[in-house]
Amino acid sequence: MILDGKVPSGHITEKWDKHRFEMKLVSPANKRKYKILVIGTGLAGASAAASLAELGYQVEVFTYHDSPRRAHSIAAQGGINAAKNYPNDGDSIWRLFYDTVKGGDFRARESNVYRLAQVSNNIIDQCVAQGVPFAREYSGYLANRSFGGAQLSRTFYARGQTGQQLLLGAYSAMMRQVGLKNIILHTRTEMLDLVVINGIARGIVTRNLLTGKIESFVGDAVVLATGGYSNVFFLSTNAQACNVTATYRAYKRGAFFANPAFTQIHPTCIPQSGEHQSKLTLMSESLRNDGRVWVPKNPGDKRKPTDIPEEERDYFLERMYPSYGNLAPRDIASRAAKRVCDEGRGVGPTGNGVYLDFSDAIKRLGKKVIEERYGNLFEMYERITGDNPYETPMMIYPAPHYTMGGLWVDYNLMSNLPGLHVIGEANFSDHGANRLGASALMQGLADGYFILPYTIGHYFATTKLEKVTTDHPEFKKCEEEVKERINKIMSIKGKKTPTQFHRELGKIMWNYCGMSRNEEGLKKALDLVPQLREEFWNNLTVVGEEGDLNIVLEKALRVADFLEFAELMLWDALERNESCGGHFREEHQYPDGEAKRDDENFCHVAAWEYTGVGNKPIRHIEPLTFEYVPLTIRSYK
Amino acid sequence: MKVKLHIWRQKNNKEKGKFETYELNNVLEDMSFLEMLDVLNEKLILEGKEPVAFDHDCREGICGACSLTINGIPHGPEKATTTCQLHMRKFKDGDEIWIEPFRAKAFPIIKDLVVDRSAFDRIIQAGGFISVNTGQAPEANSILVPKQNADNAMDAAQCIGCGACVAACPNGAAMLFVGAKVSHFAYLPQGQPERKLRVLKMVEQMQKEGFGNCSNLYECEAACPKEISVRFIALMNRDYLKASCSEEKLEVINNE
Ligand SMILES: Cc1cc2nc3c(=O)[nH]c(=O)nc-3n(C[C@H](O)[C@H](O)[C@H](O)COP(=O)(O)OP(=O)(O)OC[C@H]3O[C@@H](n4cnc5c(N)ncnc54)[C@H](O)[C@@H]3O)c2cc1C
Ligand code: SF4
Ligand code: FES
Repeated sequence: MILDGKVPSGHITEKWDKHRFEMKLVSPANKRKYKILVIGTGLAGASAAASLAELGYQVEVFTYHDSPRRAHSIAAQGGINAAKNYPNDGDSIWRLFYDTVKGGDFRARESNVYRLAQVSNNIIDQCVAQGVPFAREYSGYLANRSFGGAQLSRTFYARGQTGQQLLLGAYSAMMRQVGLKNIILHTRTEMLDLVVINGIARGIVTRNLLTGKIESFVGDAVVLATGGYSNVFFLSTNAQACNVTATYRAYKRGAFFANPAFTQIHPTCIPQSGEHQSKLTLMSESLRNDGRVWVPKNPGDKRKPTDIPEEERDYFLERMYPSYGNLAPRDIASRAAKRVCDEGRGVGPTGNGVYLDFSDAIKRLGKKVIEERYGNLFEMYERITGDNPYETPMMIYPAPHYTMGGLWVDYNLMSNLPGLHVIGEANFSDHGANRLGASALMQGLADGYFILPYTIGHYFATTKLEKVTTDHPEFKKCEEEVKERINKIMSIKGKKTPTQFHRELGKIMWNYCGMSRNEEGLKKALDLVPQLREEFWNNLTVVGEEGDLNIVLEKALRVADFLEFAELMLWDALERNESCGGHFREEHQYPDGEAKRDDENFCHVAAWEYTGVGNKPIRHIEPLTFEYVPLTIRSYK
Repeated sequence: MKVKLHIWRQKNNKEKGKFETYELNNVLEDMSFLEMLDVLNEKLILEGKEPVAFDHDCREGICGACSLTINGIPHGPEKATTTCQLHMRKFKDGDEIWIEPFRAKAFPIIKDLVVDRSAFDRIIQAGGFISVNTGQAPEANSILVPKQNADNAMDAAQCIGCGACVAACPNGAAMLFVGAKVSHFAYLPQGQPERKLRVLKMVEQMQKEGFGNCSNLYECEAACPKEISVRFIALMNRDYLKASCSEEKLEVINNE
């Protein structure tokens, strides 16, 4: 099937305005009659819930956290982009649009990216009005800095805690609506299934994490804002609970999953120290503004970094990408690090590490400035590794970080299942095959504050919804299926823990579907994953009771979905027989090791349709056309 | 290294809890405290026993979920560090470690080390915001904020809502948490219109939730992983006093 993204006609600069005019409206009095279920309270979910409730819709919000403020968005450090051009360095909406399309290696929908750049400025206005304490100049004006993949300063930040401050802004806007009784909030409640009635998404089935109670909720629309799936790799920079269940379950109910193989490996994370490790910690990319990345020129050089003289160091990013240097985009910087480590020049106990060195910056700017810019990051690094980055260079290595893939949505952010809207990292998004730094926060808030609130109204105004309650047989059926799944998991009584399975799955995915991929490896993984899944269903152990707070059961349910989802990711990586952005197929590279796209055959979004566990899903495509940013080789040299 | 753990186990809010003792033999220095507990939990699961329930998520010291009292100190011995960022290199071979939940009247225990901190959300809900709807905002640079004020606001806004301040306070007071939020907005021009109403509503809700009173012991500041300063409590007290004899107070009373 050829999918239609429903992109409005007209010049790209006018599409969104025109569309806003053409969309049907719901009158204020009628808004109250519609109930919207929002799953997730990260930047996307909280901003959407608040904005929809302000408009007058009835909103119910769900999160598995104990408080909405704990959503994974809280952990974003570096910043948020906008095309304000405050530094007067030549930025514009067009340039942000251009950079994002190019950064995504021409695998995003142009019209969506343009709209994202357009609303980026409103986001900053909104956040400032909410009291987000962005960094300021002495004059009182907002400060900016540069970030990976951009040659100008368009990033707004709140020390190293931008995500936290933006989320607290959205969270407090949402809590205000909870207080006004416009939103009903359900915490410690996990969505385990989507209910589709006559082809339309009408509700969800949840598990109360404290009591185990399985419940149904009905709505006129369902909004998934459930984040990304980097934890399919087990070790990633994501929070422990991040998982794919909500979007994967929607996929199993008929929503198409787009570009699942597009995952981002972040270049600046603290290298793994041992098997016990539960996560990898990101060191904000903003560090690359002042830090210089290097490895010894000679393989096996075991001297202390401070003992290695300047001429025996290889500042490989500056050497390979002179115009962007240490700020080369993430996929490029990550692969370059892997390449030098594969050559035996990696540092640290495992040899999987490169230096990120601040000594020049400290000399140039003084310790005080560096402390002001990165103090809390340096402290965090020292706490984890025991090393002091003011004295010795940091060690970093790439780690899974973000997932560009997600549920397919049209221009209105609605999936192919009517009524199911998907926002934030959970949708397949505007970042194409690679996301630029500081643009996930921008996208999550754009979707939630400024796009969905308009487009969902159009859906209501143009759709005749039948009246249903949770007594509808589809709800009962779905509840039964969820209960059955839980009973099955509880009754295996095998010998391995959910975490053991998760770790094994992570290794398979990292080895064969990680930073670089090839046909042989992907085929091998397509053998290994079903075997592991088989073992899971025969040898898993879950202790405790189902009707209680049960952390093992929670984890087991999430791992069960990862074990199916992984196969989907592998299919996508295998069938996308080209390299682009974060998807690097070893078969397709230029002699210098750069990714080689195949625009003739793969200039499209791949959206997968579920056909049963273990079966190969059906690959649909949405062709991508580039009218405004001509397809070119993405060079950062 | 080897450690002996005494961990609070409690089936639910109704049953009484008690310490259980566990020994772990191969703990590595590089492990975080929670990774050490992961090792214990994996072991317990394989023995068919229920693992220790505790809240956690980001493991980067920012989400505020982790909440253990370690050897009597909320978040443990290392200054300005959350439980999840505490590493085993801070302990020695043979150490005995006592692990309890954050204890406070307003944080009922749910199970083992998990407590209910939703009272914090209800305080925010009562007034911890600026009432601006999406779309109403003026151009960002039309609101100037002196750098000093922005920095002060940020110092206060860094609070992660973990509740260690409450757990550390002998009275179970939430003054540091509430003071931080009140001050965050009080330092910003955007926060001025609702400044009085905000402090009144938040303090009123705080009292309803059963948090204790402040007797200036500063245990909260010492336990706070984000080093939120008690000067924000002073600011809140001043604001509260001023607001108590203002028009806004009447409004709050009339809405009761
Ligand atoms: C360490 C780190 C640093 C980052 N730094 C930056 C940065 O500097 N700039 C930038 O632009 N981006 C950054 N990112 C990326 C960015 O933070 C995320 O992409 C973004 O915050 C995702 O927001 P979200 O609202 O889509 O989802 P999330 O914030 O992940 O929220 C997901 C929500 O869904 C809920 N949920 C999920 N599944 C279920 C379910 N089944 N049932 C109920 N609830 C569910 C969760 O409880 C949560 O509330 C960073 C990411 C990481 C990991
Ligand atoms: S003030 Fe400190 S201790 Fe209290 S909730 Fe905030 S961060 Fe935690
Ligand atoms: S787990 Fe998030 S702060 Fe500790």
